[in-house]
Amino acid sequence: MLTHEDIEEILRLLDATPLDELELQTEHFKLTLRRSPAGRGWTQERQTRGEPNMLGAGTPPVASAAGPTASAAAPAPAGLNGALEIRSPLVGSFYRAPKPGAAPFVEVGTLVSADTVVAIIETMKLMNSVHAGVAGRVVEICIDDGGVVEQHQVLMRLAPPET
Amino acid sequence: MKIRHLFIANRGEIAVRILRTAQQLGIETTLGVSDADLDAVPARLADHCVRIGPAAAAHSYLDIGAVIRAAGTAAADALHPGYGFLSENPALASACEAAGLVFVGPTAATLEAVGDKLRAREHAAAAGVPVLPGAAVASLGECEPLLRTLGFPVLVKAVGGGGGRGLRRVDSPAQLVAQLELAISEANAAFGDPRVYLERYVAGGRHIEVQLLGDETDVVHLGTRDCSVQRRYQKVIEEAPAPGLSAGLEQRLTEAAVALGRRLRYRGAGTVEFLVDAERDAFYFLEVNARIQVEHAVTEMVSGVDLIAEQLAIASGSPLRLTQAQLSIRGHALECRINAEDVDHGLRPSPGRVGRALFPAGAGIRVDTHIEGGSMVPAFYDSLLAKIIAHAADRSGALDRMAAALACCDISGVAVNTALHARILADPEFRRGAVDTGYLQRLLASGRAPARTATG
Repeated sequence: MLTHEDIEEILRLLDATPLDELELQTEHFKLTLRRSPAGRGWTQERQTRGEPNMLGAGTPPVASAAGPTASAAAPAPAGLNGALEIRSPLVGSFYRAPKPGAAPFVEVGTLVSADTVVAIIETMKLMNSVHAGVAGRVVEICIDDGGVVEQHQVLMRLAPPET
Repeated sequence: MKIRHLFIANRGEIAVRILRTAQQLGIETTLGVSDADLDAVPARLADHCVRIGPAAAAHSYLDIGAVIRAAGTAAADALHPGYGFLSENPALASACEAAGLVFVGPTAATLEAVGDKLRAREHAAAAGVPVLPGAAVASLGECEPLLRTLGFPVLVKAVGGGGGRGLRRVDSPAQLVAQLELAISEANAAFGDPRVYLERYVAGGRHIEVQLLGDETDVVHLGTRDCSVQRRYQKVIEEAPAPGLSAGLEQRLTEAAVALGRRLRYRGAGTVEFLVDAERDAFYFLEVNARIQVEHAVTEMVSGVDLIAEQLAIASGSPLRLTQAQLSIRGHALECRINAEDVDHGLRPSPGRVGRALFPAGAGIRVDTHIEGGSMVPAFYDSLLAKIIAHAADRSGALDRMAAALACCDISGVAVNTALHARILADPEFRRGAVDTGYLQRLLASGRAPARTATG
């Protein structure tokens, strides 16, 4: 692996030449150094070559290993007659309660308004509240607690509020 | 014992950082990887990889059993925990010992002593380090007499917290009951320890820390870092040395950190964090970070010391290889944390696949990263993509070098916070130096003219 000192050394040599670009390739990496368009300094772009060398079986894969699944990525089927949908604003983990062991924000049958918090999506260690966005009665919760969701994936379906 | 085969129980840029030094030292490396990281850059750089579990950290990077089993599969003789995850968990240090692995870090006893924030406070006080007025509270009744001394605002801190997590500010008596209850339930959920304590809140303080190396017998320091540019208690820009400290204050800070390190008979690399009230020339103990830190790179740039190499040497049983007299600070270094965050949408996290990743290069520039074109940034872990580090003869030179470096930074596919860094670097208040921990929030709220944004 090249260090920043190695790259400084290469650039000291390059700076004395009229060259604007240098590509270095080994079996382990490809490094491209370019003069930046702004004319101040250089940019580096790397590609690490080769495949990971996996050892042993390690911890056996879990069937329900968290991760985007085919069904998760599939487009949401058409809703029930006149149903409204609450979609995930972000990719992440779906939680129905504010913390483990606490009561869920909503259950099937709960009446919600547009600003009701219905779930949490954890993305990059940050908890993001999901608001219903529309008023209605929860008729379906589509994801299990702790499940992984894609952005815009349908989380819940609502029936329009009774008029 | 010489380390021949190192197992790395971490991911991201710190995994790459540890791999680099281990490979330079001729140490064989194995990386533990979750399902989300099987194809990531660190997995390609390591000599070997062992799968440790599914993407969710609770079942992989936080699973002590899985980590120890993987190190066993690799037949490694030492384990480096990096930062975050299990790095300060005494149970991992003990499990390593039981499995015959060298743990690259402090003893389990030290991790226990400093992981409990109340015990850490007691050690600091016993070492003669100033601590903020405060105490543990078990009930609301206990709060009242304490609050007569502390006043408002007051900070509620989780005894098991740290790294900016488990903190709540309470501004008035009316908020106290609700905030205290929330703090207790949060502390229990996040750290498995419901205990909290109250501490006087200091407005306008600076976050300054001292890097230590210890070998259980002796302790040396590698100067100060300033990490006051924070948002929601998370560091955004760090620098070394801390700017604008009087020579007397700087000396008292480093002496206090060394005194605490000696009292703990500290082993390995660690940091003592302080809240500094520069106007009153006073400082208070915050916490000990018993691990390598994200911002260690700025100290490496100004001291010329490879902190990972020193960690490995100390773990292998070597006494400190540098005396205090041999250590000196040269110039000034800054670090900008490039995160997958959308500046235009309240710094919302932005996981996804990286298109291209162009980073700066050149004199005094270092980039520590785990991403390149095509990398996947999973939603399961923190948003740190890269650290841009700039070193120059003085602070003004480092600021200019960093501003030019950021302009060369061009990452597509995920949103990054480069424009926020450019804005801070162009801000006169930051350029003057010595900003306090409230600075960034004020800048974001002020709508002060954004800098000409960097590319992308």
